[in-house]
Amino acid sequence: MPELNLTSAPAHLRHGSSIGQPLTRRDGVLKVKGQATYAADNHPPGMLFAVIAASSIAHGRVTSLDVAAAKRHPGVVEVMTPDHKPQLAIDPEIKTNPFVFRMEVLQSNEVRYANQPIAVVIAETLEAATEGAVLLAPRYETLPALVGLDAGKSYVPPVVGVGNPTENHLGDVDAGLAAADKKIDAIYETPAQYHNAMEPHAIVAHWDGDRLQIDMPTQGLMLSLARVAELFGIAHDKIHIRSPFLGGGFGSKGLMAGPPALGIMAAKLVGRPVKLVLRREQMYGPVGHRAPTRQRLRIGADVEGRLTALDHHARTVSSTFDDFYEPAADASHTLYAAPAIRTSHDAVRVNTGTPLFMRAPGEATGSIALESAIDEMAWTCGMDPLAFRLKNYAEVEPITGKPFSSKALRACYDQGAARFGWAKRSLQPRQMRDDAGLLVGWGMGTATFPALMFQAQARAVIRRDGSGAMEIGAHDMGQGAWTALAQIAADELGLDIERVEFKAGSSDLPDAGIAGGSAHTATAGAAIHSAGAAVIAKLADLATGDERSPLFGAGNTGVIARDGRLIRRDDESRGESYTEILARAGVAEVEARGTGAPNPAAMEEYAMHAHGAVFAEVKVDPELGQIRVTRMVGAFAAGRIVNPHLVKSQLFGGMIWGLSFALHEEAITDRRSGRIMNANLGEYHIPVNADVPPLDVITVEEHDPHVNALGIKGVGEIGITGSAGAVANAVWHATGVRVRRFPIRIEELLTQR
Amino acid sequence: MKQFEYVRPATVAEAIAAAAQPGATYLAAGTNLLDLMKGNVSRPDRLVDVTHLDGLDQIERLADGSLRIGALVGNADLAHDAEFAKAYPAVAEALLAGASAQLRNAATVGGNLLQRTRCAYFYDTASRCNKREAGSGCDARDGENRTHAVLGWSDSCIATHPSDFCVPLVALDAVVEIEGRGGRREIALDELHRLPGNTPERESVLAPGDLIVAVRLPAAARGFAAHARYLKVRERTSYAFAIVSAAAALRIENGKIAEARLALGGVAAKPWRARAAEDVLKGVAPTADAFQEAAWRALADAKPSGDNAYKIELARRIVVRALTLAAAGTPARIPALPASPFASTSGAIHA
Ligand SMILES: Cc1cc2nc3c(=O)[nH]c(=O)nc-3n(C[C@H](O)[C@H](O)[C@H](O)COP(=O)(O)OP(=O)(O)OC[C@H]3O[C@@H](n4cnc5c(N)ncnc54)[C@H](O)[C@@H]3O)c2cc1C
Ligand code: SF4
Repeated sequence: MPELNLTSAPAHLRHGSSIGQPLTRRDGVLKVKGQATYAADNHPPGMLFAVIAASSIAHGRVTSLDVAAAKRHPGVVEVMTPDHKPQLAIDPEIKTNPFVFRMEVLQSNEVRYANQPIAVVIAETLEAATEGAVLLAPRYETLPALVGLDAGKSYVPPVVGVGNPTENHLGDVDAGLAAADKKIDAIYETPAQYHNAMEPHAIVAHWDGDRLQIDMPTQGLMLSLARVAELFGIAHDKIHIRSPFLGGGFGSKGLMAGPPALGIMAAKLVGRPVKLVLRREQMYGPVGHRAPTRQRLRIGADVEGRLTALDHHARTVSSTFDDFYEPAADASHTLYAAPAIRTSHDAVRVNTGTPLFMRAPGEATGSIALESAIDEMAWTCGMDPLAFRLKNYAEVEPITGKPFSSKALRACYDQGAARFGWAKRSLQPRQMRDDAGLLVGWGMGTATFPALMFQAQARAVIRRDGSGAMEIGAHDMGQGAWTALAQIAADELGLDIERVEFKAGSSDLPDAGIAGGSAHTATAGAAIHSAGAAVIAKLADLATGDERSPLFGAGNTGVIARDGRLIRRDDESRGESYTEILARAGVAEVEARGTGAPNPAAMEEYAMHAHGAVFAEVKVDPELGQIRVTRMVGAFAAGRIVNPHLVKSQLFGGMIWGLSFALHEEAITDRRSGRIMNANLGEYHIPVNADVPPLDVITVEEHDPHVNALGIKGVGEIGITGSAGAVANAVWHATGVRVRRFPIRIEELLTQR
Repeated sequence: MKQFEYVRPATVAEAIAAAAQPGATYLAAGTNLLDLMKGNVSRPDRLVDVTHLDGLDQIERLADGSLRIGALVGNADLAHDAEFAKAYPAVAEALLAGASAQLRNAATVGGNLLQRTRCAYFYDTASRCNKREAGSGCDARDGENRTHAVLGWSDSCIATHPSDFCVPLVALDAVVEIEGRGGRREIALDELHRLPGNTPERESVLAPGDLIVAVRLPAAARGFAAHARYLKVRERTSYAFAIVSAAAALRIENGKIAEARLALGGVAAKPWRARAAEDVLKGVAPTADAFQEAAWRALADAKPSGDNAYKIELARRIVVRALTLAAAGTPARIPALPASPFASTSGAIHA
């Protein structure tokens, strides 16, 4: 892989304040020129191609594979099957920690879901391997497949999401409902969805003796490395993973899944480098998805429209062999100030690949149901949906009673509503038409996402030539980490961004945790912040302790790093350059490490969330039922905005995903076989350009002194929440038809005319 | 991928000889065929690439006033031919409502006519499908079939033909010119595709080796230019197949409909010409009542083949709308969102 040569920053940047500047992606030129090396672009000498043969049944056993036929095919080198494969150091069925998921790496003939890998064909060409996989002509003993939200007996899982309690209570929900003046009781359904990152899961694995070189997109370099180490029984320092660019991940590349492990096994089996890339339809199974849900919301309000109770129950599914539960009902924890709240979950097991985190897991599914229900409740109370939300504004986090570390949601409502022109909305549905006679509807939703922090480390260096380096094993999924984190690094080192060598995307750099939970900029940023502060402190020590320095005696706290110089805080005319300090001290460079981590004390004291308000306009053909979103405004408060340009892109992407959730996305599962019938991007609909209206994003100023040192909350996922509900509510407002099954289909709007 | 022989004939005669062998298939732009091969749905032994044959990429006005479109003319090239779009606006609109810009740039006239159904069970080789494998059964019948046929289907197959292009063509009495082992012949487009009956695997009347060389629009087709529209309801604004579509073309003389043409897409295994509806419109004023009546006639024989009863009501409404739009007159320019119910929405910039 060539060294990264990132394009430089625009010249007008004010030195020492990279943060807050709308830099375009520094890796943008590389990408448009096709020079950014994604995992599958690597071709080490002697490389072979591996292709997975995937199960076409959802439940049963493979009874035969025609290995001989596959091997006879010209170009086929090896066929890896449960009977013929390298041994793993541990049983892949063992969960060594909660972030480890069971994976299918040919440990048995058992089939647990459709598209499960059942063999791997390794060949000189991709075409030969592909045909070899067909020639295996698997035969099965097929057992009935468990499909759908009613597939079997339901049970209450021990936890949902990542260790969240299955149930939460505040006050007496039943009493609150009984006392209510107005009530709703409604059931909403959301379908299974697949991440569908543009870049399929891919790996190039290369064993060199006992060393293992891996190119693979991952949202968690160290988590992946640890999993590879335990699966193959090798020391961490024998493994090197490169993941400089991801073509999207959305959660599906967060944890090591079976397919990349199969690539490593294949390389071991043939003793040559191997590339394994999933076909699009093979991404509908072994690499996670968003589970379907059925959610019941019961809400009560008093005569004034004040909530008396909020009861949110979510049914979801997990696989027959592992546990991940979409924490959909948890969406009701933070937004609305009901005196009585209950959230609960149950689940059934189905023949599916294990569901996983998918962009805003729980928040997205829960949000569309909650925001629809709140809209229904506002209508039931005869109130404007925004007025209803303001009436039930949570001043403290409802269930915990904690104050918010910051919450500029009121400003989001105000600014979003003003920009959208919400005040002109008719209360009644089906009142507005455009010139062409199309029905027009306006809807809104509240957005929220927790401000999370994980653990990360960084290493900072200042060199005698006046340049600096920041090293952190961070991940750029396309969101712009190469740019935003480098901006933070530049400020922390007191250097122009062009003078900072920023290194990321490789497992031999300090552990940056995971790019997930919308926490990567905050977590990696905090590590960069602390490493930067530490290296500046070392440099300051050199200067302030040296009589020959103009900074002598200034003390560590008395200097500021700016423009490659340290200057006295009390007298900015006195200072000297990094070069002068290091040259005089006779050292080539100073280096320091830093850590970013959550602050337990602050978490104990405060509820930490980003917020937003999304307003949508849809048009619906009154006779034909086709829907189109024509306008969207989102106002979001997410703490400090490191790069407004990248942040807007994240929020745009989230809002489009929300639109997609309401109107388009759905994995269609055959109710008998459990196979997904639209496992391709032609038929699994996501919005195309013509579906996406002009989007307007407002980032609302918010200063948060508690979340982390930099005040960053994260913007990766929040855009979906609120948006999906806003679109759904706009469809109701346009038509008067309340659709509670998503995505909203044309036939559901044909009932009226 | 299965290994196959690739031949590139120099002449039509060579092409026919090469393609008449069992296991041989013509390759045009491959936007449908190559997908099917990658998915292992089609496993030809030999591809006969016709894209290098001379003389099949012309659009010619013939002496009798008809228009001859070579089988290799690109879908986009045809739609963007200004003279063509003016004379046959509904056809151009249908072309531009299909697939995506990239696909339209590649796809050919002949390939579009002979594209295969999008039935998911046809694509899923683990499913039973009479069309893919004669006599194996039809998993769509009790499966996920909300987009399947409501007209002309049989118990052996409920798939639809997905082409948009074919719908206005069949309404305008297009003729298909075929070269085969027995020489040249021509048939009405309406007769090219077969309804499934008991042999859904036989999709067209073409014999092995038959090559479509051109599609012809008769002189009379131009007579509808002032009142011709295509309307397509789909699950996103662009880049989706029709749930139901309709082409409506009227010749209006002295406030009365002198002649009407109507065809439906997405409802049957072929582009569905609705002659009974055309008949009731002949000689009457273009009124909402007349269009309602036509819609009832057009769908008189429709019946659901699964979870798709809504398509019948939707088709009626689409017929009424398409006729209404046609009566209102062909717009001076093809809308930015061709064939979309949102065609008239201002600010539309993408298709
Ligand atoms: C994602 C996607 C979305 C699409 N959406 C739409 C849509 O909305 N509306 C729509 O109408 N279409 C749509 N299409 C289909 C597209 O229009 C067809 O794929 C295209 O028209 C086929 O043309 P081709 O030249 O690529 O044909 P090929 O793929 O090369 O051939 C198709 C078939 O026709 C045969 N054939 C080709 N030329 C001849 C000939 N001259 N004589 C005899 N046989 C021939 C081939 O043997 C093959 O069986 C879509 C396709 C895709 C992939
Ligand atoms: S409807 Fe036709 S194409 Fe679809 S599965 Fe049945 S036989 Fe095959």
